Parts: sequence; structure tokens; C-alpha cells
Amino acid sequence: MSVATDNTHDVHEGRRRPATVLSLWKEYVAKLRGGDVGSLPAILGLVALVIGFSSARPETFTKAFNFGNLIQQSAGVTIIAMGLVFVLLLGEIDLAAGYTAGTSAAVMCVLAVEHDWPIGLAILACLATGALIGTCIGLIVSRLGVPSFVVTLAAFLGLQGVMLTLIGEKGSIDSGEFVAKLNAETIAVWLGVIVAAALVVIYAVATFLGNRRRRRHGLTSQPTLLWALKSGFLAVLVGLIVYYLSIERSPNAHIKSIKGVPIALLILIGLALVLSFLLGRTKWGSHVYAVGGNAEAARRAGINVPMIQLSCFMLNSTVAAIGGIMLASYSGGVNNVTGGQTTLLYAVGAAVIGGTSLFGGKGRIVDALIGGTVVAVIANGMGLMNQPDRTKYIVTGLVLLVAASVDAISRRRAAASGRV
Amino acid sequence: MSSGEPLLELRGVHKSFGAVHVLQGVDLTVRPGRVTALVGDNGAGKSTLIKGIAGIHPFDEGDYAFEGGPVHVKGPRDASALGIEVVYQDLALCDNLDVVHNMFLGRELTKSGLVDEDTMESRARETLDGLSVRTLQSVRTHVAALSGGQRQTVAIARAVLWNSKLVILDEPTAALGVAQTEQVLKLVRRLADRGLGVVLISHNLNEVFQVADDIAVLYLGQMVGQVDAATTTRERVITAITTGHVNEGDAA
Ligand SMILES: Nc1ncnc2c1ncn2[C@@H]1O[C@H](COP(=O)(O)OP(=O)(O)OP(=O)(O)O)[C@@H](O)[C@H]1O
Ligand SMILES: [Mg+2]
Repeated sequence: MSVATDNTHDVHEGRRRPATVLSLWKEYVAKLRGGDVGSLPAILGLVALVIGFSSARPETFTKAFNFGNLIQQSAGVTIIAMGLVFVLLLGEIDLAAGYTAGTSAAVMCVLAVEHDWPIGLAILACLATGALIGTCIGLIVSRLGVPSFVVTLAAFLGLQGVMLTLIGEKGSIDSGEFVAKLNAETIAVWLGVIVAAALVVIYAVATFLGNRRRRRHGLTSQPTLLWALKSGFLAVLVGLIVYYLSIERSPNAHIKSIKGVPIALLILIGLALVLSFLLGRTKWGSHVYAVGGNAEAARRAGINVPMIQLSCFMLNSTVAAIGGIMLASYSGGVNNVTGGQTTLLYAVGAAVIGGTSLFGGKGRIVDALIGGTVVAVIANGMGLMNQPDRTKYIVTGLVLLVAASVDAISRRRAAASGRV
Repeated sequence: MSSGEPLLELRGVHKSFGAVHVLQGVDLTVRPGRVTALVGDNGAGKSTLIKGIAGIHPFDEGDYAFEGGPVHVKGPRDASALGIEVVYQDLALCDNLDVVHNMFLGRELTKSGLVDEDTMESRARETLDGLSVRTLQSVRTHVAALSGGQRQTVAIARAVLWNSKLVILDEPTAALGVAQTEQVLKLVRRLADRGLGVVLISHNLNEVFQVADDIAVLYLGQMVGQVDAATTTRERVITAITTGHVNEGDAA
């Protein structure tokens, strides 16, 4: 459009005034007031929990050993939560994600241990099982229009049966050596430092170049000060984590030394980066948000809504299968409760606590990462305080309830301030 | 105004939703460079007609010709490929997305496979500036945070962003203030002056007589008639809308 208009110049200049740290801060506060709190409550909650447990159990909770252990304990659930984000973004749910993880892992173990398949092939078969389960659920939801709640409830029961059949009479199958190492071993200290440094540098350079490009295009960009603050904060955070994980944390180091970044953390971060990239940078990711926000508008815009639904369910279940590998690895195999019990509830809880909306259209992969950490810290800290499972369940349940309420209230608030 | 080859020609289109026969053999002609107003009472089938044109509720039967040749529009992509853009009555925006992503909804620009946010943002900005939208602080605002009129403007901006041949607006001024309404009507006129075909649905006959070249009256799913705005009067149009009959000498 090239349409001459009058007296708009002053307004343009006002609008294009470069953003300052102060103006961005004001914008952020306004956003929070409007009900868009994102993962802020989860981060604040996490800080409070860590301070609480650290002062209650200084001799165990803050130990480097426990820190490494916490990551490994929670890796499976957090990965399942990352997959669930795709389904939750559409406003759907997958109640079968836990048993999808268990079943896929069982397939892997049976093939690798009982049929002597090479481990690489067995892992591929595990992922394929997840993808197949997701395809079935996705087709029924998107083509037949059966609510995902019902479809995945049926799958929850059915897959539990499949998993028990795969495990057989013995009640458990071994995971094999390679898989067992995944969620137990660490990488060399120097390698951890290099990976961490590379991550920080890539982040800083990429955001710097992005800002410069936006400035050249005449678009509003992040002030350099804010960029420096963010990059600096990331560097400090990553540095602290890697430093802490590089301390010798074995209780009896002369028998077996444990130090360095756990492989589980690398898998978590790597997967989070890949999934965030898919969601944030590709056309497909934009369409996922569009379908979650207004499926009819997306359809009218020519987006293939059933295809988006199907692909989200497939991706979700495939990621759940990866979570299953981590679960099997942590407990050295698959047994009749792998992926059962609290797995699914903790995974959904992780995503929601992190700030993913149950109403669809809002959520990020890091939400699952942050929420997963919250859930893990609660479970771990309560365990160290010798609280029985019953208390752990009640507390986690309450936290989930609070998170879901924050979600609903922020929606109401947004509606009240005229933001539908 | 040129009134050459029709841009869009519908002949005897029908559409039913279950047992409800909403469109019962409707004819419509839209010429390039002209604003065709589509009027009719609530429930006459105006929105249904344009949803059929846009391919989101394809017609059950009838002939659909575009630029002189028969076409098959079975989905929204078919319509946009022909160069048809629609501003829907309910706007069809995604509240959880920002202005830029709404304007490029379903047609995001990519550079080496990735969404090209910068180019999209620049083009969104240019288009909005072209519509002299003064109240929009940032094109990165989520649509949920916009006022009714601002949302309306975003929906219109989305339709003019593409090099379209036919722009259809379903009650685009319903939520707008006086100044914004004027802007939209001027825009409608400018689009037609640039040679596009424009269909404007409105209940406001002042607006209709201000900008329209042709007036098509729909009554209970049937086309009462399509007349030249210059040769008819408000009274005749009102009679047609309310009774479904045209006074003598009016029918096209
Ligand atoms: N998806 C649908 N399913 C069933 N009936 C429908 C559907 N869409 C429209 N109708 C019916 O078709 C008729 C015409 O509706 P339509 O929305 O086209 O009217 P309209 O002329 O746009 O009215 P308004 O001026 O109020 O916008 C109405 O009786 C309506 O109930
Ligand atoms: Mg209508």
C-alpha cells in the first residue's frame, strides 16, 4: 500500500523511538499486570523452594551429589513434559504419555536384550513405537474428532496392557549396558566446560547479530545494555551449574569418581534446543500456535489443521519415547510401573507449572524445563526431609493446583482488561 | 469507472447447512475497479455467500467463474491463490499471536526454510502505515491486547497485504469510530480505484451510497437484484431489503 496520509509523522517518531532498558521494563510490568505472567511464578517458586530446602537440609540438599542426582531423577519426566507442550499448545491433552514412554522403552529392552538387536536399532525401534502410538492417537483425534481426553484415556489403559505383555512373567526386563549408562554417567569435566562455553558464546553472538540486523532494517531492537545483561546472566548461571557439577561428588571417590556434567543434562538441553527451534523458528511452529489460538481462523488462513494436530501428537509421543529411554536407564530396565504411577501427572504438572496454558495457544519448551525442575526439587527435597510419599503427593498436587489456577486467573485477568 | 470483463461471476449458487437451505440460487457479478455493496437483512445469507467465495464453506452447486474462466474453489488456499482476500465478520484473528503473525497467518515468509521475522515485521509495519493506523504502538503486541477497532484494522491490513485482485469485507466498519470508519471507506475506494474488485457488506446505507458503484440486495437466500448505485435511491434499496421486491425499472 502506498497511501499518502497526513499528520502522522510525529506519531511515527514517537513510536520508533529506540527501546531503552527502562521502557522495556515498564512494558514487561504492564504485561504482567495484564495477566501474561509466563514462567515467572515458576521461577520465583523454584527460588523459594531451593532456599527453603537448603536451609532445612543444608547437609544433603545442597550437596553436589544431590544436584547431579536430581537432574538424573527428573530427566525422564521433564522430557515427557517437553513433548506434552506440543499437545497442550493445541488445547489437547495426552494422558497416555507415561505409558507411551514405558511401552516404547519396553520394546527397546526386549529387542536389545532378548533378541540381541544392536542398540542403535533398538533405540530407533523405540522411537518408531512412540511415533506409531502418536500417529494412532493423532489420527483418531484429528480425523474422527474424538476428544483427546477420551482417546488417550483409552490408550493409557491399553498401553499399560501392552507394556505388561512385553515385560512378560518376570515383571521386569534389563535395559542393557549402553542404555543404563545414559542416565548414570557424566562427560569429562573439560568437555562439559567446552560445551557450556560454546552454548553461551553461540547465544551471545546470535542475539547480537540478530539485534544488529534488526537495527539495520529499522526495526526496534533490544538495547545493547539489556543484551549484555542477559548474556552475562546466562554466562553466570551456566558457569555456576557447570562448576558445581565439576566438583567431585562421589561419597567414596576412591572407589568410583563422579564428576562432570551428566549425560542426561546434555540430552535435556539438546532436545530442548531442537524442539524450541521447531516451535519458534519454523512455519510449522507458527501454525501450531495459530491452531492453538483459534483453530477456525487457522483453517480459514489455509492451514491444514488436522495435519498440525496429527504432527503434534506424533512428535509428543516420539519425545515421550525418548523420555522412556531415560526412565529405563535410571532404573536399569523396564518394570511394571515404568511410566506409570506419578510419571504422567508430574509431566503434565511440569508443563503447566512452567507456564504452559491448558487452554492452548500459550507455552514454550523452556516452560517444561523450568516446571520439571520445580517438580523434581519438590520430590527430591521432600525425600531428603524423610517425608513419606503421601506428603510428597499432597504437596505436588497442591503446587499443580496453584499453577493451574494461576493459568486460569491470568486468563480471567486478561479477559477483564479487554484482552479476551 | 471501467466496467469491462467481470472479475467474479456467480451463477445459481446453492448452499445448505443440513436442512437449512441458506443460499437458493444466487447470482453475483463483481467488476474490477468497482465497489460492489452487498446488503440484506440479518440472516439473509451475506456471510454465507462470501464464505462460499472464499472456499471455507464451498458452494453445494452453481457456477463460479473468476477472470472469465470457470474455477473450482474448494478450500481457502484455492481462493487466496486466485487473489481473493476476505475480512471476516468475526475477524478470524488469533489472540495469542502478535500483529505480524496474524497478518501473515498461514502464509509466513521464510528465508532458507525459517520464518523470516524481520521482513514480515517490516512489511506489516509498512502496510499499517499505509492504512495510517496511528494508535498501534507496536506490531509485536498480541492481538488480544488490542481494542475492537485496532483488531478490525489488523484484519483489514491482512487482506491488503497481499497483491490481491478481489477484496471482500464483511461489515468492516461495524466496530469502528467515526474517524476510523472514514479511513476504511477511503481505503475501500482507493482499492477499487487501483483496479481491484471490492465487495463491501454493510448495514449502513449511508456508507453504501458513499462508496459503492453497484448494490446487490440479498433477501432470504435469494438475490433480489444488482443495481447501479448511481441510478437507484435509498428508498428503493430499503424496500428491496425488507420486502424482497424491486420497484419497476431497477432490476439489473
Ligand atoms: N455454519 C452454519 N451452520 C448452520 N447454519 C448456518 C451456518 N452459517 C450460517 N447459517 C445460517 O444461515 C443463515 C444466513 O446466515 P449468514 O451469517 O450468512 O447471514 P448474514 O446475512 O451474514 O447476516 P448478518 O447480517 O447478521 O451478518 C442464518 O439463518 C444462519 O442461521
Ligand atoms: Mg454476516
